[in-house]
Amino acid sequence: MAEAKLRQDPYNLIITGVGGQGNVLASRMLGNVLTSQGLWVTIGETFGASQRGGSVMSHLRVSAQGSWSPQIPAGRAHMVLALEPLEALRVLVTYGNPETKAIVNNRPILPMAAIAGKSQYPEGQQLRDMLAQLTAQSWSIPATDRAMELGASIYANIIMIGALSATGDLPVSRQGFQDELERALGPAKVATNLEAFDLGLAMVRG
Amino acid sequence: MAEQRRTMMGNQAITQGALEAGVRVAAGYPGTPSSEIIQNLADAAAEHDLYVEWSINEKVSLEVAAAASLAGLRSLCAMKQNGVNVASDFLLHLAGSGVRAGMVLVHCDDPGALSSVNEGESRHFARMLELPQLEPGDFQEAKDMTKWAFELSEAIGNLVMLRSVTRLSHASGGVVPGTIPAPQGRARFDHHGTLLDQGHGPVSSSPVGLKHRRQQEKLKKAVELFETSPFNTYAGPEAPELLVITSSICNLYVKEALALLGLAERVGVLKLGTTWPLPPKLLQRNLERCERVLIVEEVIPFLEENVKIAAAEMAGEIGAKRFHGKRDGTIPASGELNPDIVIKALAGLLEVPYQARPAAYDRLAGELAPQATQERELAFCPGCPHRASFWSLKEALALDARDGFICGDIGCYSLAMRPTGYGMLKTLHAMGSGAGMASGFGQLGRFGMDQPVMAVSGDSTFYHAVIPALINAVHQKSPMSLVVLDNSGTAMTGFQPHPGTQANAMGQPVPPVDIEAVCRSLGAEVTVCDPFDLEATRRAAVELLADQSTAKVLILRQLCALSPQRKGYKPYDVWVDQDKCLGDQCGCNRLCTRVFGCPGLAWEKESGKARIDEVICAGCGVCASICPQGAILKSERA
Ligand code: SF4
Ligand code: SF4
Repeated sequence: MAEAKLRQDPYNLIITGVGGQGNVLASRMLGNVLTSQGLWVTIGETFGASQRGGSVMSHLRVSAQGSWSPQIPAGRAHMVLALEPLEALRVLVTYGNPETKAIVNNRPILPMAAIAGKSQYPEGQQLRDMLAQLTAQSWSIPATDRAMELGASIYANIIMIGALSATGDLPVSRQGFQDELERALGPAKVATNLEAFDLGLAMVRG
Repeated sequence: MAEQRRTMMGNQAITQGALEAGVRVAAGYPGTPSSEIIQNLADAAAEHDLYVEWSINEKVSLEVAAAASLAGLRSLCAMKQNGVNVASDFLLHLAGSGVRAGMVLVHCDDPGALSSVNEGESRHFARMLELPQLEPGDFQEAKDMTKWAFELSEAIGNLVMLRSVTRLSHASGGVVPGTIPAPQGRARFDHHGTLLDQGHGPVSSSPVGLKHRRQQEKLKKAVELFETSPFNTYAGPEAPELLVITSSICNLYVKEALALLGLAERVGVLKLGTTWPLPPKLLQRNLERCERVLIVEEVIPFLEENVKIAAAEMAGEIGAKRFHGKRDGTIPASGELNPDIVIKALAGLLEVPYQARPAAYDRLAGELAPQATQERELAFCPGCPHRASFWSLKEALALDARDGFICGDIGCYSLAMRPTGYGMLKTLHAMGSGAGMASGFGQLGRFGMDQPVMAVSGDSTFYHAVIPALINAVHQKSPMSLVVLDNSGTAMTGFQPHPGTQANAMGQPVPPVDIEAVCRSLGAEVTVCDPFDLEATRRAAVELLADQSTAKVLILRQLCALSPQRKGYKPYDVWVDQDKCLGDQCGCNRLCTRVFGCPGLAWEKESGKARIDEVICAGCGVCASICPQGAILKSERA
């Protein structure tokens, strides 16, 4: 099998969000799609309490050469895929550089302190401005809102993967994704997931 | 070949290695980051004719696996770092008696305590108990080494320890799987020989003098095999300016750091896969390369100290070396490592500059950091029964008004040390220590202590280590109360079955051991309550505190919010009546969002009122009972 070419090797992708958003599943699916293209993928899951409302992060290293460290060095992310806007900012502050791109689901999940009124969650526009300053290019998309229209918030992950595919930075083809869906979820669930993928694709190509 | 390569989690790679080695029996007790190993083997049990169990605790799991080895079947045991402490009593004996068919103990450490309440190191058990220690350096090795560990175990006739860490166990990388042999061999324990006949006699670590000598000979044989092991590799120039000695996942951090610093031509890396006992000839060959050595490893300076001892012994041949590592502060003495820490250490020692990104970006990031880094406090899940339980226990302790407190234990509910459980846990140590300590506090009335004491325990923890503590409390007539937070599963580690569940690890039906009946049979008074019924629970807890003449048990039983049986099931539609909610105006002081703190509740700044976030709310309906205005409403879903 011909091995896919990468813009950077290793290509460093961070998927981030809040525990319970399905971050780990998204990184596994993406990893499997890329592995089936003949690439080496190393996935590091950061933070153990992934189900319990904390910040979660997966580091994906994609390479044509071999396994890299499951932790990306600071300042070295090429792409941030954020299921929650504040988490995008948190990741960029440590892992971003002037070339980093970001795809951000625009629906906030308030930290407990913000719910309790002890801290302030940044306003939408302010947050988008900060993200713009820390990225070469960023997309803010209503992934959760559209996912709810599809029937469940968990589809936001797939919408995000569709959006990533639209950037052309990584070889995530619609067909490759469909094959992975069929393998991982069985044929029954493919249609809605593909619909979600296409929604995300359109949001970035748009 | 790329076609055959798969991306596997480290734990999956270990499982694959065990299957390729023809393992037949596996046992363990769940604990992050080790849990998937036994789980994966259980899933493979039917296809490959294995016996796999989640044992009641780690010591028992090791005994179960040892039995298989003595009966001629290859066996594996898996646990996290704490588990080795629990198993260590039997482990000491087993190391002395030796094993027959290959037996491997996979122990997973958690540097940085990513999901532990300690940062324990279990490699020192290998040295203390004189057993060989292996440490895979990447995902492929995790598979290959596990397979080889069984061969080594048989070659020396003793247990082999294989250490993983969270960043290997829970990370994923490329692995080329091999073939899994057809199951073979019949189990039979041969015990008719003499005590000194390891292959055929009764098995014990006595006569100690002789067996201990024999054990040390086994270790010597392991060292000889280690001298030529392909898992020990050197990469770099013949005579480097600095020799890095490393093992485990740190190997990948070093690789990354050298690539980013452009130091591959100046620095040599000795990656050790066999970290105890260290093979002296191999070490000598590599130490001779240069005068300066940096040791990169996680948790305690295990490798560092052992290398130094070896270097001192061979000082006549290799001369004096200058060592860097944890002891001189080049590598942090606690916490987990990452590429950045290794970059900093190497850049400092070799005086090379490193800038990950432009200084202006760094500055900007620094300015925005305060906004970005507001903490996400870990919280009980939406719909978690523990939040409801601790809410009621908090109220009961306040009503009791004698400054009572709760001794905590290991499980999801350990989070109740923090705001999410209202900071209710005042001690937190090992599995079962809550009940044990409460049993001790209960005795202190004679010394003037007048605070009532409670202990909490989960259901899995109850079986693991609480039963003996409860027996102790009953027998010693210790006035304490045990609250069993029974959410019907080992939720923290992914719902592994335990003796209270109706099926075992392999999915076969088994008789559940009833917690209530166990407690009653021990002589404890037992009450059972649904924690979602806040009033009944509070009443039961108040009664418990009021009369502590004997050891008493309150079982708070309600399914975990994430339990597979409950997933996707919302019992109630819940909403806030915006007219009834007085928000900032009401005397409740935002009880729902500020105090009760379910993440499913949100505070609307514009209206100054509470709201339910439908994406997050699990529909348990509990918050409806806490609002003093009756503004939170619920209706049963069809
Ligand atoms: S919902 Fe009830 S407890 Fe919460 S702010 Fe409104 S009145 Fe107060
Ligand atoms: S009903 Fe209330 S307590 Fe239960 S999950 Fe929803 S918001 Fe949380």
